[in-house]
Amino acid sequence: MLNGIFSVEFVNSILRATTPILFATMASAVAAKAGICNMALEGMMLLSALFGVLFSAMGGGIFGTASGLSQFASFGFGFLLTVLVGGLIGLIFAFCILHMKADEILAAIALNLIASGGTVMILMAVAGEKGASSTIASVAAPKVVIPLIGSIPVLGEILSGQNLLTWLSILAVIVMHVFLYKTPMGLKIRAVGENKNAAESVGISARKIQYIALVISGMLASMGGFYLSGGYMNMFTREMAAGRGYIALAASSMGADTPVGGFLVSILFGIAQAVANLMQLTTIPMQLIQLIPYLTTLIGLGIYSYARMKRRKKLLSSE
Amino acid sequence: MNSAKRFEAVRMVFAILIALLISFVIIFFVSDEPVNAIVQLVTGPFKSKRNLANVFESMIPLIFTGTGVCIMFSANQINLAGEGAFHVGGLVAAVAALKIALPAGVSPVVCLLLSAVAGALLTAIPAIMKVKTEASELVSSLMLNYVALWFSTFILMQFICDPATGAASYSIPDAASLSSLMRGTRIHSGIFIAILVAVLGYLFLYKTKVGYQLRIVGENEEYARYSGISIIKVILVSQLLGGFIAGLGGGVELLSPIYDRFTWTASLGYGWDAIIICTLAKKNPLYTPFAALFLAYLRTGASIMSRATDVSFEIVQITQAVIILFVVAEQFLSRYKHKLIAKEAKEALKEEEAA
Repeated sequence: MLNGIFSVEFVNSILRATTPILFATMASAVAAKAGICNMALEGMMLLSALFGVLFSAMGGGIFGTASGLSQFASFGFGFLLTVLVGGLIGLIFAFCILHMKADEILAAIALNLIASGGTVMILMAVAGEKGASSTIASVAAPKVVIPLIGSIPVLGEILSGQNLLTWLSILAVIVMHVFLYKTPMGLKIRAVGENKNAAESVGISARKIQYIALVISGMLASMGGFYLSGGYMNMFTREMAAGRGYIALAASSMGADTPVGGFLVSILFGIAQAVANLMQLTTIPMQLIQLIPYLTTLIGLGIYSYARMKRRKKLLSSE
Repeated sequence: MNSAKRFEAVRMVFAILIALLISFVIIFFVSDEPVNAIVQLVTGPFKSKRNLANVFESMIPLIFTGTGVCIMFSANQINLAGEGAFHVGGLVAAVAALKIALPAGVSPVVCLLLSAVAGALLTAIPAIMKVKTEASELVSSLMLNYVALWFSTFILMQFICDPATGAASYSIPDAASLSSLMRGTRIHSGIFIAILVAVLGYLFLYKTKVGYQLRIVGENEEYARYSGISIIKVILVSQLLGGFIAGLGGGVELLSPIYDRFTWTASLGYGWDAIIICTLAKKNPLYTPFAALFLAYLRTGASIMSRATDVSFEIVQITQAVIILFVVAEQFLSRYKHKLIAKEAKEALKEEEAA
């Protein structure tokens, strides 16, 4: 097992596990910064995982899959459409909680239920199957091969050949950091999340800002969902989000809802998952290995919350 | 009935009607025989004695988790580990029934008590984390559900698995099983426990001091704090009790004639169904049997439909979700509410003038 940890495959397996969580964590962070707990991430990812398969297969029908370029076009078509629909789901969720004034947690549970039942219904209608989309010829996200660097041992092997969406997820961290901390819109989002009434008193429409944040959140979650069925795996399977949306809520909260903090926690989660994958080679029962990511998150949440509470109490007593 | 209550009732009926309508529209889209599918969905449960019995059988677990969630949500503790507590409750009942040999009258009581305690221990984790670290019980309970699921499967596979079956426990001994009430059906004595739990839950929340404190914290935590209610006590009591009831439900379900062995290797979803029960019952345990009856009817109908036609059972999840959305959307029918309030105010004014 030790040999396994010091290998290129191990790093790759960390990145594979981190990518979907990272997108979802960014999605949770932007919503949380606007003052909304987006528990609907789970359903958004699940729906997007299915739409990714359907739309990229549709792209394959339009552009073909014969050459590398046409494959890329098919993937691009599917990905953009999925992200667009992801934004739309975010908009619908925003409408429910901001316009119709539904409780955000209950509305999220409803959306997750729709995703869970809806994906099975759609899959049944399109592919005639309930469990997986193996009969649909979807187009996965391509791997990025960097010509010269790829031949460098170890470092090159890690940098080259990663999934395009893995790079995009890292880019998303930088973009979200700049967006939230260096742009006027980011400032407005943080102002609304910090104190809605204060933000409204200086003429910011809190509702509009929260709408925007949730649309962005939906788009980011859909990228994570697309990766699940077009990168992590090459098809959609039932309930494939497997609690990643919920883990992202925890990861984002442990990273103080900042993109960089969320990035670090997501990597930690990826490591836990990669170690769990390695442990499958040992004699430890599979069921115990399966619970590692969730247990790690639970313990991590406890430690982080405890430290935060201590810090706050210290600040209060020093005043 | 005052206008606010009447309005809530009207709104709920509308929510359910709209949800059914949306489901029918979906059925028309996906099915080749939509009319037959809808007929099966709506009238299926009345077709035979067995179908009708199915409704009452599937109502039982829903009353338990629904009541548990009502208590936790009344205190505004959004602990979603009822799902895990139900699961662990079932596991512990199975382990106890298999490993502790007791006479027939005593065995179910011991098994059920143990499963309830196991459920309470599980939901205690988010509660204690909230008290000790201020971690959100929502996120920790979501993680805990997965831990509970995999842990239960681990215990099943390692300790109580019958090699002849692959992924099921040894047969639950008859001494521990709950008996069926009617020949030819699987309606079992658990239904009395369920209704008793719902009534006791109501008495606790609405007729005791602690229950009152719990609801005050749920309404307004700041106010409760200033009036001297121990928030920590409420956090712990509500969540432990919620888990206790959900765990008990899991035990009752497993010892019922529906299951001969512990076979739960996937999430059963009763913890999530509890959310809609709680929403429909307006957080009052007394109404949970009615909400559970409605949901059980719907699901039995859907199950009959999915066996007889090409529409999958999962449509029920969409129906449920739409009901939740419309019931919790404050703005839904709010204009009608204003009209209703205005009308009542005018009438009161007239009466006053007449007097």
